[in-house]
Amino acid sequence: MYFVPGQPVTAVVQRIEIHKLRQGEHLILGFSIGGGIDQDPGQNPFSEDKTDKGIYVTRVTPGGPAEVADLRMGDKIMQVNGWDMTMVTHDQARKRLTKKNEKVVRLLVTRKSLEEAVKHSMTTYPKQ
Amino acid sequence: MDTESTHSGYSYHSSRSGRSNRHGERSRERHKASSSKDSSRSERSVIINPPDTPSQDSPVQNGEPLPGEPAPPAEHGDEAQDDNWGETTTAVTGTSELSLSQEEVVGLGKGTEDGVQTCRRYVPLALGLCVGLIVLATPLAFLVLPAMMWPDRLQACGAACEGLFLSISFKLLILILAVWALFLRPSRASLPRVCVFRGFLATLTLLLIMSYWLFYGVRILDAQDEDYHGIVQFAVSLVDSLLFVHYLAVVLLELRHLQPCYSVCVIRSTDGETRHYNVGQLSIQRAALSILEFYYRDFPLHNPALLSASKHRAAKHLAGLKVYNVDGSGPASTAGAQPGNGNASRAMVAAAAKRKDNTHNELYYEEADHERRVRKRRARLVVAVEEAFTHVRRMKKEDERAAPSDIMDVREAALAIFPSMARALQKYLRTTRRQHCHSMESIQKHLAFCLVNNMSPKAFLEAYLVPGPTLQYGPERWMADQWTLVSEASVTSSMKEGTEFALRCLDFSLAVTVKSIPYIRVTEEYVDPKSHKFTLLLQSETSV
Repeated sequence: MYFVPGQPVTAVVQRIEIHKLRQGEHLILGFSIGGGIDQDPGQNPFSEDKTDKGIYVTRVTPGGPAEVADLRMGDKIMQVNGWDMTMVTHDQARKRLTKKNEKVVRLLVTRKSLEEAVKHSMTTYPKQ
Repeated sequence: MDTESTHSGYSYHSSRSGRSNRHGERSRERHKASSSKDSSRSERSVIINPPDTPSQDSPVQNGEPLPGEPAPPAEHGDEAQDDNWGETTTAVTGTSELSLSQEEVVGLGKGTEDGVQTCRRYVPLALGLCVGLIVLATPLAFLVLPAMMWPDRLQACGAACEGLFLSISFKLLILILAVWALFLRPSRASLPRVCVFRGFLATLTLLLIMSYWLFYGVRILDAQDEDYHGIVQFAVSLVDSLLFVHYLAVVLLELRHLQPCYSVCVIRSTDGETRHYNVGQLSIQRAALSILEFYYRDFPLHNPALLSASKHRAAKHLAGLKVYNVDGSGPASTAGAQPGNGNASRAMVAAAAKRKDNTHNELYYEEADHERRVRKRRARLVVAVEEAFTHVRRMKKEDERAAPSDIMDVREAALAIFPSMARALQKYLRTTRRQHCHSMESIQKHLAFCLVNNMSPKAFLEAYLVPGPTLQYGPERWMADQWTLVSEASVTSSMKEGTEFALRCLDFSLAVTVKSIPYIRVTEEYVDPKSHKFTLLLQSETSV
């Protein structure tokens, strides 16, 4: 997931659809995020490139809607409902995820294993 | 070498036995160039030279020729002997009319040495006094001579002139004190050669005075000048010039040494103790003097007992190898008999390298063992000393009523508590091989000193746990009395980057290397106090 500043970011992404769960008067998704352009990227344990200021999933509550939807710890969130998440502040990210009038959030996430899976599938099957 | 036979010429260093006239530091400014230094010889070896070798003509003392030294009387007897004396005589004892024992030889040398050294010590002092007297007498002579030789024609001295008298007297007083302070005080050390700057300054002073006398003689005495004011001003100008020369002397002799310019590295050859010092611009011999002063202060006492282990290992290593020359150039012999045979030594080195050697193993275990033993002894010692110290304390007010037999002075107190720790201390010193450094007397003295100063047991012990600097022990333990400066460059030349020389004494030597302190470039950067601003780097985690 290296990015070259000024060039468009390319990544292999997975679509994840999470249905929010009502807990009391809050709608929760069941995971925690970290990162953002106003944060210190060097302390992010999940990023490969320590200058990456994207939003990462730091925790997934077991049994929550995120886990059900196959969101994993360490995933980098690229889009939320069409909104870009690669260049947002931490608070903006939080807001986009916790909009009260949205019951479903559709995320595009990327992780290392996706890229490897694609590479693996490209080499295993002969070119046609 | 038969030490009981006669000797013709000899050269040796008196080290340990030359107690009465040594202490190494003697004012000895030689005005003659000295030959290069020989290696030092032990006092026990008396070099016997046949009469036709050059060293007999100039017997060398401390590496230098002694001009005009009266040859020891034994020499005369030998000069009458055969030229082949050294080669053909096998049993020398008792064949000549003069046969001296070892002690007599040493005593003979000392007698001659005494006479010459006293002479040597006072030569620079005498010269200094002469120059000082000339310096003092000249302006006074300038003033007095006209008054004596043509008093009637001399103009009377007005107020300004008398003011100049005052100024001359004070300046002369200061000059005399300054000359005494710089040149006439007993010097702390005797260096092999004359300090170049002192010679230069003495010459300059004498030149100055001579030129003034010349001028005076021609322009004033011959012409019988009547202007006394002018003559007094002339004398004042001489005193001023002398003061300026003295200022130059202060700068050359004292101030140049102060600003650090070179960093010298001093390594002791026996155990590798290394120290680094910063010195100023000095000649090699003056630098050697400073280094020796630092040596006595910083280097721990040289302990030959600690070096025997490595020598034993080396000897064992060599003893296991023998090289036999079977190629038949002459009768077969061991490697020792053919020193010029490079093949033998190469073979030995190769064989030694291939041999399976377990000495490293032994060394490792021996050192671990020794370490443990030392620590155990040390623990016992510390406990013994602490217990001993609990038995004695300073007398307090209420103790005054105690029986007089209980009240002791410090010496008795020390003697009272000493026996309980003596054994542990003795054992510890023996284990660390330092028992020869401390006598019982000195230990008791140290104990009394510690009691007087209210020291803790740990403070008392520190002197015995750690080897102290050389100066702390008495001169009989130094093993470093007479020093020889061994140098490739002339010893009066200034030190430069990369100069190397060595200071050799009987048992070891100090190798000195000189490096210059780098040119330091310092630039400034102004920091506005308001420019220190900080932000927090967060890594917050929000659950959604």
